[in-house]
Amino acid sequence: MNDKSSPLALRIRGLAKSFERPAVDGLDLCVPAGEFYSLLGPNGAGKTTTMRMVAGLLAPDRGSISIFGVDALADPIGAKRIMAWVSDEPMLYDQLTPTEYLDFVAGLWGVEAKLAEARARELLSWLGLAPHADERCAQFSKGMRQKLALAGALVHEPRLIILDEPFTGLDAGSSRVVKDVLRERVRAGCSVIMTTHILEVAERMADRIGVMSKGRLIADGRLDELRVRAGSGDASLEDTFLALVAQDRVAA
Amino acid sequence: MTRGGRRRGHAAAFGFLAFILFLHGLAYVFLSRSTGLTGSGDARELVVIAGMLALAFSAMLSQAMESVTRAFYARGDLELILTSPTTTARLFAVRICAISATILSMSLLFAAPFINMQAWLGGARWLCAYAVVVALSMLAVAVAILIVGALFAAIGARRTRSISQIVAAVIGAAFAIGLQFAAIVSFGTMAVPRFAVLERLAPGGDSLILWPARAVFGEPAALAFFIGLGVVALAAVIGVFAPRFGRLALAAGGVSHGATKKSRKETRFRGASPAQALRRKEWSLLVRDPWLMSQTLMQLLYLLPAAFLLWRSFFSEGGVATFLSPILIMAAGQLGGGLAWLAVSGEDAPELIATAPVPGNNVLRAKTEAVLVGVAIVFAPLVLMLAAVAPFAALVSLVGLTVAAGSATAIQYWFRAQAKRSHFRRRQTSSRVATFAEALSSNGWAGAGALAVTGTWLAVVPGVMVVAMLAGVWWISPARCSAPN
Repeated sequence: MNDKSSPLALRIRGLAKSFERPAVDGLDLCVPAGEFYSLLGPNGAGKTTTMRMVAGLLAPDRGSISIFGVDALADPIGAKRIMAWVSDEPMLYDQLTPTEYLDFVAGLWGVEAKLAEARARELLSWLGLAPHADERCAQFSKGMRQKLALAGALVHEPRLIILDEPFTGLDAGSSRVVKDVLRERVRAGCSVIMTTHILEVAERMADRIGVMSKGRLIADGRLDELRVRAGSGDASLEDTFLALVAQDRVAA
Repeated sequence: MTRGGRRRGHAAAFGFLAFILFLHGLAYVFLSRSTGLTGSGDARELVVIAGMLALAFSAMLSQAMESVTRAFYARGDLELILTSPTTTARLFAVRICAISATILSMSLLFAAPFINMQAWLGGARWLCAYAVVVALSMLAVAVAILIVGALFAAIGARRTRSISQIVAAVIGAAFAIGLQFAAIVSFGTMAVPRFAVLERLAPGGDSLILWPARAVFGEPAALAFFIGLGVVALAAVIGVFAPRFGRLALAAGGVSHGATKKSRKETRFRGASPAQALRRKEWSLLVRDPWLMSQTLMQLLYLLPAAFLLWRSFFSEGGVATFLSPILIMAAGQLGGGLAWLAVSGEDAPELIATAPVPGNNVLRAKTEAVLVGVAIVFAPLVLMLAAVAPFAALVSLVGLTVAAGSATAIQYWFRAQAKRSHFRRRQTSSRVATFAEALSSNGWAGAGALAVTGTWLAVVPGVMVVAMLAGVWWISPARCSAPN
């Protein structure tokens, strides 16, 4: 059942997915609306699998996913309409220009042309891509491609943006631009969920942080709450994260 | 090796053996009924052999150009090779030899059954043909490297890839197509044994052009000359080009697939429904990539004689127009398969499409429409011309080519496997079942079209066979196996 007035951007209950072994194992996770949430975890913890299931790229074995009250498994089109996905490897069309790419994305999401064009021009300018708006993407750098993929995710004004390792391979300048845009979107009321291995980014940007290990959420909260849980005092997120993962290993 | 692995190995070996036996049977039928080669070495036999060798050489040269171009542009182990402490000249000499060995083995796969059967029918002297095939393959690789090297020097690394592959395809098809043109001009139809054309056009028996044929007959001087020519040509090319190969490969590596172009005018948002956006995107990507465009349209090269015949019959009387329906249907199936692969498997942003609020069926429908419109643009003029000459044949062609293109699209959908568009040429190796099914489907619908044009109800038979084959292919396809119950 859909409940579009839900204060939760994302609610996951008992989510599970196995490949040869369980990748996600009965995960429960809630992300309040308007929050920047960062999901951390060691390699193979199940972060990307979880996010791919939320985005509709993978079918879960069991469990439920609700996006702003829309049941993503029962009504995937409704959920996709209010959500955007940005992967670590930006997927663009080499022979399209950024303008054409954004026109295409706007068409897929059914955004009216004038509105989409205004948003696209604003985004391209914001992301420093305006001078390249009518060049084909074939020779764009990784940073330019990632910024354009982000523009594609934002052009239809999603309520929830899911980013999988968005800063991988980006230089400092491009990273700063992407961070600024994401912060602005959160200020505007959008919810962001980001998986990352770059803990400094999570430490600086996230309102709340979740830590996954072996397909489960082992800790969730603000950084100070995680520190208390890990017993790491004023330690950095890196130390806190490592302590939490070590505790989980010992407990297992 | 596990038991399952051994079983698969045995099955593969058995399949290969069966294929070789089938080729031998085919060769026996062809040689015993069509050519009538007795080994007398008269002018007619020399011409027939020379024609076969020319056909084989054009195919070898085409394949060699493909391989050489790929060797220049494939990244693979290039960086490892260029940074290794071994001289690049030696490494690339080995690579050229490897290309030569590949071309030779592929050539022998198809030539050996004919040579063996001819030796069985006409005596052991025909086994000299093996030496000629070896010499031809060496010569083909040498000429291929010369041509690709010349293209690099003349038009640069950026254009060489596309042009070289176009030239390779034209060379591969040129001889066969040339024969068809000659047949059309001489006899007014394509349904004429090609060797009759050769005999008419052939030079005298002592001509140098016929020396390769003399070598096949085992004439010592011709055989020695021909083998020597192959060895010297390949050695010379290795000596000259192996040291330069690395430099050329680096130049090729500096070229990105797809040029950076800036639009002359600012693009305006056009607005579209999801289906329109998808169709427009597919067409834009195809039209803007000259390499892909050339690869796709290359499949239509064999339509040229048909178009030429149609053009001739347009201004003259005669019933040859009905002969064209199966050709059009077959070509439409091939083109549809190529375009469908690009649209369905060659999707460069699959996650964008999968996360868009568009039902999968709508995406598929839009992409199928894009493919069928592409096929329609190519074939509509030919069908319209045919309609002016033979309306019923045009109607059959229209139905047949729509069904053939639709079937090829369906097969590509059932066997879709995500790949980069730039891997278009590898699509035939990604699924053998899909490749064979696509060929069988196109040929089957062409057969049904050929019969339907004559007005016989027997056309239903190949049609039903194709539908049954498609049902079987769907049954074993990954699309059905992975579909939710």
